[in-house]
Amino acid sequence: MKRLMNLRPSKATAFFLGVLPFLIIGVFYIVASDLRLAENPNDKLLPSLSSFAEAVDRMALTPSKRTGELLFVNDTSASLQRLGLGVLISAVLALLIGIPLGFIPFVRAGLSPFVAALSMVPPMAILPILFIVFGMGELAKVALIVIGVTPLLVRDLQQRVSEIPAEQLIKAQTLGGSSWTIVLRVVLPQIMPRLFDSVRITLGTAWIFLISAEAIAATEGLGYRIFLVRRYMAMDVILPYVAWITFLAFMIDYLLKKSTQKLFPWYSGAKEKE
Amino acid sequence: MSLITIKNLWKEYGDNVVLEKLTLNIEKGEFCTLVGPSGCGKTTFLKMLLGQERPTRGTFLLDGEIFPDEPSIERGIVFQRYSVFENLTVFGNVMLAMELKESKFLGRLFGAKKAQAKKDALEILEAVGLGSSVNKYPSELSGGMQQRLSIAQSLVNKPKILLLDEPFGALDPGIRADMHALILDLWKKHNLTVVMVTHDLHESFYLGSRLLVFDKVREDVHAPNRYGAKITYDIPIGDGETIMTKLHQTIEKGEK
Ligand SMILES: Nc1ncnc2c1ncn2[C@@H]1O[C@H](COP(=O)(O)OP(=O)(O)OP(=O)(O)O)[C@@H](O)[C@H]1O
Ligand SMILES: [Mg+2]
Repeated sequence: MKRLMNLRPSKATAFFLGVLPFLIIGVFYIVASDLRLAENPNDKLLPSLSSFAEAVDRMALTPSKRTGELLFVNDTSASLQRLGLGVLISAVLALLIGIPLGFIPFVRAGLSPFVAALSMVPPMAILPILFIVFGMGELAKVALIVIGVTPLLVRDLQQRVSEIPAEQLIKAQTLGGSSWTIVLRVVLPQIMPRLFDSVRITLGTAWIFLISAEAIAATEGLGYRIFLVRRYMAMDVILPYVAWITFLAFMIDYLLKKSTQKLFPWYSGAKEKE
Repeated sequence: MSLITIKNLWKEYGDNVVLEKLTLNIEKGEFCTLVGPSGCGKTTFLKMLLGQERPTRGTFLLDGEIFPDEPSIERGIVFQRYSVFENLTVFGNVMLAMELKESKFLGRLFGAKKAQAKKDALEILEAVGLGSSVNKYPSELSGGMQQRLSIAQSLVNKPKILLLDEPFGALDPGIRADMHALILDLWKKHNLTVVMVTHDLHESFYLGSRLLVFDKVREDVHAPNRYGAKITYDIPIGDGETIMTKLHQTIEKGEK
């Protein structure tokens, strides 16, 4: 008998094992829901599959009576726009701040303690300030994501920049590069896939800030909807929304991973993290 | 005038005296090989030639002028590892060398200049035997191929001095022999001045036109950092027969 650590499942077994936890949760839910509903047909905590279907139909397939739009589609696009914009701005800021921080000793001396202190400010604590400054509109919500995510990205990129082997930077200088052309031709291209990596990692944080901001002040959005229907204990809406958000998060992560591999075929980090 | 003039040069890191009272001249066209025990300051010496480190005191001149104190285009370098840019193909790596040299703002070449650079790049890649791997990324190359690429990258900008720090240390003997042939060929063809650190005494005799041995002459057991290394042997190397006898003499002297 081989050691357990050396036993490897076949492809089919691995697939089955992967699906198994989902199946177990699903079956467990259906049984529990049936039991509760048998006792009290008006129970709201664990709705039946058919009430999920109704809720999905109501939210995603039937236009709203008030606005004539599909609520679910509206919510999704509003949230994704905020998330996308927030993360994009953060990524650009991270490049603009993180590269000089990691690369130019003078910038590091001047800004490093400041950035370290700034990144300790809990973003949720300054959310009221954002609402006061930017109003209750889109800007405040995007700003919260930017404020929450940028310091994480900046610190990670700074670290990655300083990890570029000194040999390469010296080599580039002996080839005639200036600080600027070395940033342009050596640092930036090498840091890009690492930026994609750190965006993937910080995306979870970005979702937290997005949903928090939407829960507090919004008129549409996935987070807004969940917190709105919570008043009616509408689990039949909340649970599909949660599943949908999870799926979106998974897809975004997957797409980022795939594009890293496509855009930076030389980058081994992408392959290792399969 | 000598290409490199060094007189009474000291290098210290705090209390740690690494090199003491170094005096030597290196002429244009010489192939100096540097050997010595680990930690005696060979890399430090090379770093000073490169401009990455400054001597603590002493005269240190390049072409009669004070050495530029940061790496510059006159001095090409090939390190033992991490010498090529992983994000560029073999071809891209050599192109980058010319692009960094000639384009000061964008670091890129266009039009006729680009066409010329392309021709030069392919020519030097052919010369170092990478003609059939131009579109590969460094991660797809063997260690020897990466070193050849790094050499091509430095040579395409025609440096006055080529510095090599154990460039072949990680290679197996067969590839090493190929690399020796290559570097000797390039040295003669381009009339280069080469300073190469190696751990391999045989290699140092085979390649060099001049062998420099670094070692600590004085040793204080209670304060090992008190004294630095000096050049204990400075041997001009001819061709052929004499090499092996010199090699044996040196080894015997070393053992005494
Ligand atoms: N940046 C530094 N700061 C302080 N001490 C240093 C530094 N770089 C090197 N040294 C010291 O200088 C001495 C010589 O180091 P160096 O790397 O030049 O040795 P070397 O001859 O190249 O050795 P090896 O053959 O192992 O590569 C060592 O004692 C080392 O500890
Ligand atoms: Mg060394």
